[in-house]
Amino acid sequence: MVRNMIRGGLCALLFAGAGAAQAQAPVKIGFITTLSTPAGYIGEDERDGFSLAIKQGGGKLGGVPVELVVEDDALKPANAKQAVDRMLQSGIKLYTGVNFSNVLAAVAPSVLRDGAYYVSLNAGPSTFAGEKCDKNYFVASFQNDAYHSAGGEAANELGYKRVVLLAPNYQAGRDALAGFKRTYKGEVLAEIYTKLDQSDFSVEMARVRSLAPDAIYQFHPGGAGINFAKQYANAGLTKTIPMLMPSFSMDGRMLAASGASAEGLYTVGMWTTEMDNPQSRAFVKAFTEAYGRTPTDYGMQAYDTALLIASALKAVNGDLSKGDAFRAALAKADFQTLRGKFRFDTNRHPVQDYYLMRVERSGNGFAPKIVRKVVSDGRDAYVGQCKG
Amino acid sequence: MALLFEQLLNGLQFGAMLFMLASGLTLIFGIMGVINLTHGSFYMVGAYCGAFALAHTNSFAAGAVAGLAGAALYGLLVEFTVIRRLYKRDHLYQVLATFGLILFTNEAVSMIFGRQPPMVEIPAFLAGTVPLAPGFQYPLMRLAFIVVGALVALGLWFLINRTRVGMLVRAGADDREMVDALGIDIQKLYSVVFGLGALLCGLAGVMAAPLLAVEIGMGERVLITTFVVIVIGGVGSVRGAMAGALLVGMVDSLGRAYFPQLLGAMLSPEVADMLAAGLVSASVYVLMALVLIFRPKGLLG
Repeated sequence: MVRNMIRGGLCALLFAGAGAAQAQAPVKIGFITTLSTPAGYIGEDERDGFSLAIKQGGGKLGGVPVELVVEDDALKPANAKQAVDRMLQSGIKLYTGVNFSNVLAAVAPSVLRDGAYYVSLNAGPSTFAGEKCDKNYFVASFQNDAYHSAGGEAANELGYKRVVLLAPNYQAGRDALAGFKRTYKGEVLAEIYTKLDQSDFSVEMARVRSLAPDAIYQFHPGGAGINFAKQYANAGLTKTIPMLMPSFSMDGRMLAASGASAEGLYTVGMWTTEMDNPQSRAFVKAFTEAYGRTPTDYGMQAYDTALLIASALKAVNGDLSKGDAFRAALAKADFQTLRGKFRFDTNRHPVQDYYLMRVERSGNGFAPKIVRKVVSDGRDAYVGQCKG
Repeated sequence: MALLFEQLLNGLQFGAMLFMLASGLTLIFGIMGVINLTHGSFYMVGAYCGAFALAHTNSFAAGAVAGLAGAALYGLLVEFTVIRRLYKRDHLYQVLATFGLILFTNEAVSMIFGRQPPMVEIPAFLAGTVPLAPGFQYPLMRLAFIVVGALVALGLWFLINRTRVGMLVRAGADDREMVDALGIDIQKLYSVVFGLGALLCGLAGVMAAPLLAVEIGMGERVLITTFVVIVIGGVGSVRGAMAGALLVGMVDSLGRAYFPQLLGAMLSPEVADMLAAGLVSASVYVLMALVLIFRPKGLLG
């Protein structure tokens, strides 16, 4: 009896608190990302890119005060699941931040089951692009396979007739090669799967040399990618067999760690620090001034995601309970993207351009410069399977 | 033929690196009876110190000295502050403490040097490739790695078989209590062995830095393989570590080189790719299992 009264009283208090808070309280955004482990620099850039947009808005996104609640997932899906469950219980309705597809697979279902929103700033696994697409799930970065399909197109354009593909032996690695093969028209001489924790690639490179392809396409993000580029140059292969890769196999931090051995490499991506539009130039300048380092693609994607969220928050004046209006505003993607061009497909994944780039000297370092556009308004292969 | 020869050299080079790490680990385990998971961290500390000195002096020699000194000093510090208290404890305490030290070292290194992996260029005198046979080039840096590995092996052989310290080390590996009972300051011997092990890790770190990414957590990646090496070779035996390192280096390299093709010739491409990838990852452990079936104490244990 007494307990019930206390419970009732607490509830009343809570309701009263919520009612009073509604007018002023900032919208909380759950930001789960990878800040520890060797991949921690990626999450760091994502958090900083997102925070930069908030800072520039004076603590607001789209004129609505926001509060970023950051949690580290340490690249473990179980950690991320716990974090998101905690955040959902505390009533957070809007989420972003997850970098890795396998972590997102643990986070997204919890968020969506609860009727909350997820806007991805990096991972775009095929799982949620097709049949299992959700009206509250938006991807502001790219769909995984589509990125590598652009790689296949680039290989066609460069006139490579015979290629060797290399990727680590896990889901994203296999997806990468599948995406590449979807558009590549030449002959794939060999698909070499490396070990996930491998750091020396001399054996694979000897095999590449003996196969003598026109080029190789390799997907090794993070430290493995630095190892790969360094050893490829050291083995004298850069001069004889060109290397093509998605830009996250050679992001800005990796470029800085690889030095001159990265010069002349081809990458495929949707953005570079050298992108020639005013908003991108301003972003690179502001990011460099704020954090003392040049932003990576990850930083750019996070910033774009923040702007997208800002546009939708503005439309509903921060009231996330107006579900249809908020979704419609997100889908409109009414923001100035750093990529130059951006719109959502019917499965709420991007329709965007991809570029072929070449790593060249820039200032006192190296940066990818755009050679030409290889995919115009690229869509992913799963749009048709998404109903509603 | 040239390809096979190149893959053998690759195996030899990987073996040389494993030997530098495993020789210290096997001595520490064999003589002091300490399971030291921090061993990989010494390798990382060596690589970071080397990279740091190299970036500030542009001299590979300075980088090498800094890498060796940094790893050895950190090793001695760890021995003095943590390991020394754990000699008499159960292995589980040692595993816990040294695992904690891995986390501590990773955080400390990222706080001191930052998360950005530092850049290490191959020094000019080791850059490029050398022709070993007509139409066959091999990177000079990797050859240097093999030579340094061989020098370390020679040096350790001399140290252990021809010096007084080596005599004590051998005696310590056989019977710790007896050495202690004969009035030898076993504590001092432990410090020397531990410092030497860390020094060799630093050497491996400095040599690996131009070829591999210098990053947080690089030590844990090689740690497991290093343990496999000393288990295969026989705990406490430097010659065993040598045999184990070469065997693991060869099996890993040749496995990665030829399993996919061998299976590809026998099975359909999809099945062969999956199976080969799995087999390549497991090859070293399969080797360990086989060795342990026939020689439960390792090859030379």
